[in-house]
This record gives sequence, structure tokens and C-alpha cells, in this order.
Amino acid sequence: MTATLEAPETKAGAIPSFEVTLRVRRYNPESEHGEESFWDEYTVTAHGTDRVLDALHKIKWEHDGSLTFRRSCAHGVCGSDAMRINGRNRLACKTLLKDVNPDKPITVEPIKGLPVVKDLVVDMEPFFASYREIMPFLITNGNEPTKERIQSPEDRARFDDTTKCILCAACTSSCPVFWTDGQYFGPAAIVNAHRFIFDSRDEGAQQRLEILNDKEGVWRCRTTFNCTEACPRGIEVTKAIQEVKRAMITRAF
Amino acid sequence: MAYGTSAVAKVDAPRSPYVRRRTTRGNYELYSWVFMRASGVVLIVLIFGHLFVNLMVGEGVHAIDFGFVAGKWANPLWQVWDLLMLWLAMIHGTNGVRTIINDYAQKDLTRGVLKSLLYLAFVIVVVLGTLVIFTFDPCPVNAPEHLIASFCPAR
Ligand code: HEM
Ligand code: SF4
Ligand code: FES
Repeated sequence: MTATLEAPETKAGAIPSFEVTLRVRRYNPESEHGEESFWDEYTVTAHGTDRVLDALHKIKWEHDGSLTFRRSCAHGVCGSDAMRINGRNRLACKTLLKDVNPDKPITVEPIKGLPVVKDLVVDMEPFFASYREIMPFLITNGNEPTKERIQSPEDRARFDDTTKCILCAACTSSCPVFWTDGQYFGPAAIVNAHRFIFDSRDEGAQQRLEILNDKEGVWRCRTTFNCTEACPRGIEVTKAIQEVKRAMITRAF
Repeated sequence: MAYGTSAVAKVDAPRSPYVRRRTTRGNYELYSWVFMRASGVVLIVLIFGHLFVNLMVGEGVHAIDFGFVAGKWANPLWQVWDLLMLWLAMIHGTNGVRTIINDYAQKDLTRGVLKSLLYLAFVIVVVLGTLVIFTFDPCPVNAPEHLIASFCPAR
């Protein structure tokens, strides 16, 4: 006996579709709204396999070409499309619509604490400025080895978690301390400093600890765990910050 | 549109100039962070010891009156205990509120005003408290009779 479809009228491979409404926070100083931001609602047809990014694409391609957002890889690698979805920072390309309750309108806003350029696009420069300040490159002394710099698997494992960062700014822009005045270095800068501070091949740890010992450095962290919750790479951000704090304390005493 | 400058348009309240200011580097925030934890541990002992002795031992809360407090401050142990509690709680609390002001004040002026008020309150409470603990005399000589406690020799 051959297998038969239970409902022969649906085409093979067809995925059930549903209507979903997105409430997008928009901002366009060149429009009639001027400096005011405003909400736009769009209802699109989506499938169970669609992500928030697919819905945004559908809006931009079929409904309103003026909607502006960043994305590049669309697969959670480049870190371009962090946004505030239903009040939480996520990557639009890694968030399935069905996981954020598509029965109600899904709110989509730019990440907080960074100046908005247009719609969901923010100016990432302040974020990258503090990233550059912690010197995210290998610092060594002495002669260059003629071969690669050898590292044991254990030494590599020490900072494995923080190598996963894609600089999406989801963590930094989820931090209430960063929201206030943007002076705090932010979790992402500390995560990327951690990646070198605990790298056995690197010799710049003291300089990086000195930089993060700043008034606006790790000591502004209030351990709210927003960053750990926001990180789309599952990095234990708060833990990394605590490890940097501990390194500073053992250095000072 | 120029990125990274104040020319960039904003949705929220303007945040220009949007560059992290260079600040002095020292161990001040590190010591402050460690102090919060160290003083917290000591405060657990001091506060719960204080509550236990005042509210649970003997007649408990019903025993507290002018004479009870006067009796405690006649003992150097409780003088030191209360002094330590006053200073640690005030430095700890003031430093905690300083952190909160740093976290929430968006303008330097607001921040400055709030911190000035905070430090003023700190000085008043600590000076007054210390003065009371050390100069407290339950039976002042030359005081009007109706103000003198019943257990004083002048009565
Ligand atoms: C029972 C003993 C106490 C312990 C164990 C304790 C512990 C702590 C610790 C560890 C912090 C730092 C939190 C952080 O850095 O995020 C803190 C903050 C703070 N403490 Fe205490 N504390 C105690 C008593 C007090 C008292 C008596 C006061 C008031 C006079 C006080 C007022 C504050 C304030 C205002 C903060 C700042 C809150 C914040 O940073 O979110 N604490 N406390
Ligand atoms: S630590 Fe996580 S949330 Fe923060 S920038 Fe890196 S990938 Fe994004
Ligand atoms: S578009 Fe690259 S991470 Fe989402």
C-alpha cells in the first residue's frame, strides 16, 4: 500500500501561511514627520519558517520601499541587523516570527542608546569607537616567531566564548547604564578585551586592564544581565565582564 | 549626512557630542566597588546584631526607651558598634546613591546638583551622629528638672 496525503487538496511541500502585523518605529527627518519618530503598521502574509527579517523584506519589497534597515548576511553572521523586537534586542535574521507571538502586532524598533540615522538604522560609530579603544588586536613583545604561535587547546578554551562576538551591539544597546549618556564602554568592548586579555599569546593584558579600569569602564557594570540575555551568539557576557573585574582586583591587591 | 558627528539626526533626546569623553584613570572605582562588598559583609553583622539586641533579647522591642538607649551608650562596645554602623552605612549608602546618580542623571548639571545635595546630607548626618554618640550625657547637670530622666541622681 502506498502512502497517501491526508488532505489531498494542499500541494505537496506547501507550508501553512498566516497574516502578521509589524509595528515599526520609523524616523525620517526628510519626511513630513520631521524630527518626530512615528509608528507604521504593516500586515503581511508570512509562513511558519519566516523570520522577522523576511517580514521586513516583504514590507520593503512589496509594500513600502522607504522602510530602511541594515542587513547583510541574513544568517546571523555579520551582526548588521540587531534591533529591538517586542522590547528585546535580537537579530531580525535569527528571530522566527512564530517565536515572538505573531497573533499580536510585533513591535520593531531601532536598538536603544545609539543615534538613529533613519528608521531602524543607527549610527554605530560610538559603539565601534569604544571597541577600538580596547585595542582589539594581538599585542606581543620580542622577536616574531618564524612559525605560527602555538597555543594549547586548554589555553584556547580559556577565551573561546568571547571569540564568538559578531559586534552586533545587541548587548551594549540593551544596557541601561549605556542608555544614560553613552559614556560607558559597554559590554561588547569588554567582551572583546576579554578575548585578548585571556589569550596566552597576547601580552597587552595590562594595557587593556588599565583602559577598562576607567571611570567609564567595567566598574559601571551593575550586573543586570541584560547583555547576556541579548547576545544572539549566546556569549556569557556578564560572566566575561566579571572575569575582567576579577583580573583587575587581583592585579590591584 | 556625516556619521559620528553631532550632525547625525536623532530620535531620542539629542546626545551630542556623541563621543566618549576621556576620563582620568585611577583605582578609585575599583576601590569603591570592593568597598561596597566588604562593607556590605560587615554591615550584615552590625545591622543584624543591632536588630537582635534591640528587638529580641530580654523584653525585646518593649524595652526600648530613653533609658535603654542611654544604657547602651554608656558602654564603649555599643559606642564603637553604633559608630561603625553609622559610618559604614553612611559611606556605603552614599556611595550607592552616587552610583545611582551616575547611572540615571543625563546632564552634568543635574548630576552635580544631586551629588552636592547627597554629600551635604552625608556630612550633616555623619557629623551629627558622631557628635551624639560621643557627647551623649543622659543626666546633664544644670538641665531643667522636668527634662531630666527618672534614673538620674539629680532627681
Ligand atoms: C545588610 C547589609 C548590606 C549588604 C550586604 C549590602 C550590600 C551591597 C552591595 C554588594 C552593593 C553593590 C551593588 C552593586 O554594585 O551593584 C550595595 C549597593 C547599595 N547599598 Fe547596600 N548593603 C547593605 C546595607 C545597606 C544599607 C544599610 C544601606 C543604606 C544606608 C545600603 C544602601 C545601598 C545603596 C543605595 C546601594 C546602591 C544600589 C545599586 O548600586 O544598585 N546598603 N549594597
Ligand atoms: S557580545 Fe554578543 S550581543 Fe554583544 S556585540 Fe558581541 S555578539 Fe553582539
Ligand atoms: S543580517 Fe547578518 S547577522 Fe543578521
